[in-house]
Amino acid sequence: MKETFIKTEELSFSYQAQTENEKIPAVKNLSVEITSGEYVAILGHNGSGKSTFAKLLNLILEPVSGKLFVDGKERTGELTEAELLELRRSVGMVFQNPDNQLVATLVEEDVAFGPENLGYPREELRTRVDEALATVGMTEYKDYEPHKLSGGQKQRVAIAGVLAMKPRCIIFDESTAMLDPSGRQEVLSTIRRLNREEGITIINITHYMNEAAEADRILVINDGELLLDGTPDEVFSKRDLLLSVGLEVPQSAELVFRLKEAGIDLPTDALSSPEKCAEAIAKAYFAQCKGGRGNG
Amino acid sequence: MDKIRLENVTYRYDVGTPFEQTALEDVTLSIEAGKITGIIGHTGSGKSTMMKLLNGLDSPTEGKVYLDGACINATKKEWLAQGLEDEKYKDLPKNAKKKAILKDYADFHKNLCFRVGLVMQYPEYQLFEETVAKDIAFGPRNMGLSEEEIAKRVKEAAAFTGVSEDLFEKSPFDLSGGQKRRVALSGVIAMRPEVLVLDEPAAGLDPRGRNNVFESIVDYRNKTGSTIVIVSHSMEDMAKYCDRVVVMNHAKVAMVGERKEVFAHVRELAGMGLDIPEITRLAELLLAKGLPLTDAIYTVEEAREALLAVWKGGGDK
Amino acid sequence: MRGMTLGQYYPGTSPIHRLDPRAKIILGILAIVCSFLCKTLFSFCLLEALVLLLVILSGIPPKLLIRALRPVLFILLFTSLVNIFMTRGKNLLFEYGIFHIYEEGLWNALFMILRITSLILMTSIFLTYTTTPIALTDGLEQLLSPLKKLHIPVHDFAMMITIAMRFIPTLAEETERIMNAQRARGVNFSTGGLIKRVRSLIPILIPLFVSAFNRAFDLANAMECRCYHGGEGRTRLKVLRYNVWDFVAILLLIGVGVGLVFANRLTFGGSIL
Repeated sequence: MKETFIKTEELSFSYQAQTENEKIPAVKNLSVEITSGEYVAILGHNGSGKSTFAKLLNLILEPVSGKLFVDGKERTGELTEAELLELRRSVGMVFQNPDNQLVATLVEEDVAFGPENLGYPREELRTRVDEALATVGMTEYKDYEPHKLSGGQKQRVAIAGVLAMKPRCIIFDESTAMLDPSGRQEVLSTIRRLNREEGITIINITHYMNEAAEADRILVINDGELLLDGTPDEVFSKRDLLLSVGLEVPQSAELVFRLKEAGIDLPTDALSSPEKCAEAIAKAYFAQCKGGRGNG
Repeated sequence: MDKIRLENVTYRYDVGTPFEQTALEDVTLSIEAGKITGIIGHTGSGKSTMMKLLNGLDSPTEGKVYLDGACINATKKEWLAQGLEDEKYKDLPKNAKKKAILKDYADFHKNLCFRVGLVMQYPEYQLFEETVAKDIAFGPRNMGLSEEEIAKRVKEAAAFTGVSEDLFEKSPFDLSGGQKRRVALSGVIAMRPEVLVLDEPAAGLDPRGRNNVFESIVDYRNKTGSTIVIVSHSMEDMAKYCDRVVVMNHAKVAMVGERKEVFAHVRELAGMGLDIPEITRLAELLLAKGLPLTDAIYTVEEAREALLAVWKGGGDK
Repeated sequence: MRGMTLGQYYPGTSPIHRLDPRAKIILGILAIVCSFLCKTLFSFCLLEALVLLLVILSGIPPKLLIRALRPVLFILLFTSLVNIFMTRGKNLLFEYGIFHIYEEGLWNALFMILRITSLILMTSIFLTYTTTPIALTDGLEQLLSPLKKLHIPVHDFAMMITIAMRFIPTLAEETERIMNAQRARGVNFSTGGLIKRVRSLIPILIPLFVSAFNRAFDLANAMECRCYHGGEGRTRLKVLRYNVWDFVAILLLIGVGVGLVFANRLTFGGSIL
């Protein structure tokens, strides 16, 4: 049994409306537990509050009410600067726009930015930067200027920048949304490796269904509330609910649902990958063939 | 009928510097009128460069681009030389002839960007007016239309993309991401372009936003008969919405044809750094498991129909 | 745009390239002082010899260096005209109406041209051509770090410059994208009167500001996520280290300055020759 790493209790957040003296709730009483080493995807349409929720997890935004526990310690309420820095060090974040999160003018100096802020000695900085760049496969680009890299490469540099702080959890806030297919694959395979090989807890916020299908668990957020929480199989079995909140299921799962609507009896409890869907369709098809032959 | 034609087009960046790069190499291509043509290719394959050549934002280093048979990148001299041969100006006296040809040249270039509407990637960054309605009206106003006509166009364009009239007086900066995208798209549609060129029109949108954007584009084509060019690297979207597909690879046209013809080579496309639609992978898996699927499958609807047909066949045995 | 490189940095491994950026900033200042010390033709000859030596040492193609002079061409022309026509001296060479040209005026003009060109050449060689903007910022920050004791926010200033340099290519790309998008909506930037042209900038500037603000907001978040909390307690991956040659170079240039002062006293007949 693995221990809980992040736990939120009734976490809420509201934005100040621009004109009136009114507050717009973005996250409403969200209670979630994320286990150490888990790979969690958060799904939700644009403006569902999923990004806001993520920013509450390392206190980039301060919750209006509710409690946040990270690694067993409560992180809401009055925090010392050391505690806040420790939280941000252990829960890193990679953002959507690769251009807006690189600070330095050279790749390796950007990767060093986090650890520099934490005040590690120079030898330690060197090893951390080298290790982080090696992990994301960007060592040969260490002397490049960031604007000369592709989108996928920039995101990998951003990941290295977080890795160099040796975090226990990394939140990806739609980090693949602006990338082309190959860039997205670069980032996704890096995420997978960080989770499996380095044991880093992953929270991936996305609205790509097939990306969410890679996770161990999916949280669906709608209008700031937790709508669904389950394995990809469980979540994708609720296709109509997902459609009603502006989402969808992966193409293969969609096909199974459409076939079912056309009168074919198919199970919908395990549709999180094309392989599983193919399995279900093939099984039903051959069963029906046999049945048909038996009758004739 | 060819709406747009590229003939032996080559485009080089930074000519004469160490950074010189060929973005397009000897590309010859026709865009058919009234169809939705998808241009797919990996990043750096030259597809975005091609887009800028279609409305004269940029001129090719070599080669010619034609819109309805008229050369977009002809110099004044070339245009004049051709005009003198043209039947259209035959009856004019010599001086008036030259004048008329040059006037047509100027008009052609002035109207080019209104005839070929360009929606760039993440077009919401082009919004700048105080209100949504004013922003949509910006293009039509630059065309020099009457206020009445502008108002009509704004309404019409907003209806195409589903921008509610309640939003007209709001600031475009107060809208959500999906709404901004639709306002920006309306701003180009309001110019009623004969050709609508879009670069990754659904990038970054959630599934519902994606569908909305593509459906409004299809709707615009169906109602106006305009020609549509969509530049994208999403094979799933291209498979769903395009009539014809052009595949770009390393600055060249790798494949071109009806959607079915091109997608029949799906494995080759994967070798060019493109994503195979998930449904195609599923169909391949089913085929491997022994289901008698014959046609290549690249949309969910096609998969459904193929499987239903197979099911019936299987049941009959 | 991807090929864009910031500043005029010319990659190389010449002795000048290898100097510490702090030393090069000091050398740049000394070079300015030197060019103002010259008062006679003889000392200017020495100065030009120094410039020539630096050009050879740096290995930068002279063509590139001449490009650095282009922006000041107008200033050169203007100051020399002022010098030629406004200087009053003993030896009148030419007179027409209100125009008087004295020999001293011609000398002054020549000296001014030599002074400005060598000043620009030397500072370009020490600073922009052989030092990356990043190294320059680092050098400046560390050179000015004693001022931190006076509560002058040297670190924040250097951070601002670094970020500005990091975002110049991004914003340049953005400007091009916005211009293309607005041109596609019928904006014409190149024709019309002044007012029309200025007006046509509005559709560029507003989106550019909006995007710059959004980027700044994102960046602030990203920096906070990476534990940025000002310059206090911050260590650096790359620490600048002086080398013997840095001191040698500085001493040499001081020596040249002293030499120039003496050279000014040497006279060969005329007062300025």
